[in-house]
Amino acid sequence: MATIPNSIFTPTTAARFDKLATIYPVKRSALVPMLLYAQDEIGYVSDPVVAEIAQRLDLLELDVRNVLSYYSMLRTVPAGKYNVQVCTNISCMLRGGFELLDHCKHTLGIGHKETTPDGLFSLEEVECIGACCWAPAVQVNYDFHDDLTPEKMDAVLDSYRAREPK
Amino acid sequence: MPTLVSHPDEVKVLSKRFGLGAADIDKYIELDGYKATQKAIAEGPEWIINTMKASGLRGRGGAGFPTGMKWSFVPKVSEKPKYILVNGDESEPGTCKDHLVFREDPHAVIEGTIIAGLAIGSKMGFIYLRGEYRYLLNIVEKAVADAYAKGFLGKNIFGNEGVDFDIITQTGAGAYEVGEESALMESLEGKRGIPRIKPPFPAVVGLYGGPTVINNAETIANAPHILLMGGEAFAKLGTERNGGTRLFGISGHVERPGVYELPMGYSLRKAIYDVAGGIKDGKQLKAVVPGGASCPILKADEIDIGLDFDQMAKAGTMLGSGGIVVLDETVSIVEFALRTIRFYQHESCGWCIPCREGTDWIKKTLTRFHAGGGTKKDIDNIQYIADNMMGRTFCPLGDAAAMPTLGFVKKFRSEFEDYLAGARPANPLIQIQPVGEPEHAGAH
Repeated sequence: MATIPNSIFTPTTAARFDKLATIYPVKRSALVPMLLYAQDEIGYVSDPVVAEIAQRLDLLELDVRNVLSYYSMLRTVPAGKYNVQVCTNISCMLRGGFELLDHCKHTLGIGHKETTPDGLFSLEEVECIGACCWAPAVQVNYDFHDDLTPEKMDAVLDSYRAREPK
Repeated sequence: MPTLVSHPDEVKVLSKRFGLGAADIDKYIELDGYKATQKAIAEGPEWIINTMKASGLRGRGGAGFPTGMKWSFVPKVSEKPKYILVNGDESEPGTCKDHLVFREDPHAVIEGTIIAGLAIGSKMGFIYLRGEYRYLLNIVEKAVADAYAKGFLGKNIFGNEGVDFDIITQTGAGAYEVGEESALMESLEGKRGIPRIKPPFPAVVGLYGGPTVINNAETIANAPHILLMGGEAFAKLGTERNGGTRLFGISGHVERPGVYELPMGYSLRKAIYDVAGGIKDGKQLKAVVPGGASCPILKADEIDIGLDFDQMAKAGTMLGSGGIVVLDETVSIVEFALRTIRFYQHESCGWCIPCREGTDWIKKTLTRFHAGGGTKKDIDNIQYIADNMMGRTFCPLGDAAAMPTLGFVKKFRSEFEDYLAGARPANPLIQIQPVGEPEHAGAH
């Protein structure tokens, strides 16, 4: 399997993508996972990401963008290092989802799909994340935090702040 | 981390390994793991399908289609390869059962996938998880790798010459619509999750044009249990034409929310008041959404009913995905309806006009109510729009949006009228801004 010269991805991810393009009966099946994994590494689906993935899968950039625009987790602009996704769908709403979202807006000083000036946090109101029985629930990047209150939410945010070098 | 709950009324078939560390392959084997697959190889396709038919297992994703029958529809001879596709795109609001299946018993999903493959003569299966379930994808990927290492997947599985089966795991990237089977296939083929026109049905023309069986993750995870205990024994746990047990996720205003495995036909009242500990903080029950957001609401006096597909249908609602959402007396149905339709409006893929436009108009109308506007005529309009969405779209998303809406308006009409007259809940749950204000206008 010939690899892409001057890949924008780390060698690990590039190798993973080389393999991903070969495992399916049809190569294009790798598109959605590749876009998501690329976003995990680059922070968003940038123009160079679109170009390289199109090249890897023998697609037009237009094909890639057409798919990209459909999926709500994929973004074409950077988000914060920690993307705080608050679910306000029915089960979470009944147990304080909107209150939690409001609390995050005030504590972080940002609104839906906005990022703090230091780039550390972004905030997003999301649809059901599949944690209904442990509501209200929030995902920070891929980590689930459930059964939250505004106080517990503060502790969650602090735990991410604490990961940063002083 | 999601906590596991338990209640004496539970009958643990699918969840019997929950909490026992069965994601570890050696632990899984110790707990009778992979015996069913070996039995399936020895007994052959006809036996598998007959056992599944006898079990009365019906699809746990929501539609409730008999699993054994679905498997039997696949043509025996096919020029194109046949595929198994496991639907783990769990996105129906109120539903988080597959979340636990993947976390607690991923090998049961793998085993079920192999068994389905043996039944229809397929050599490749896909396990598709929603993009948000990344930590679960990691668990499933490790389980698949461990199964390959033991020779349970790949060539000549369990040492049987010529019996091959491969599994590929796949992540989505955020889309409710992809839970619909034809949109799921589109997504797996690297496209937008737009539904396909049926017929042809997936059993004949599915993934990559080959015959395909698509089963929900919970459905497929039941297969190994059924093969070991026998179809009849499984069927007997439930009610007529509703075999076995099912994972019910009880959420909202209950004291002990959680995922419980109850026999099919179990009383909805007991599920709420006994199993889930009753209404939170001693309040009164107002209504229940019995099977995920798309199922028409039941009023407090309509809960003396058994949790199976047929009894729910008779009551004008659905068992759906088994997500029971409980609302206490303080909830405004207008707000609840607004949040529900806002979801469907956001998730409509836009392919079929009645769904795309209908969800949008209903959302706009209810948003107007919420902002203090609207007239009684608008209530009729909501009903008119929803009526005209029903049955007029390629996939069930249009119905999924229209059905609950009709339920809210028909069963709680006076509450909508009172709301228009200025009545507001003491504790509003929803803080949605007027139309045009980007802040809360949609989740994305």
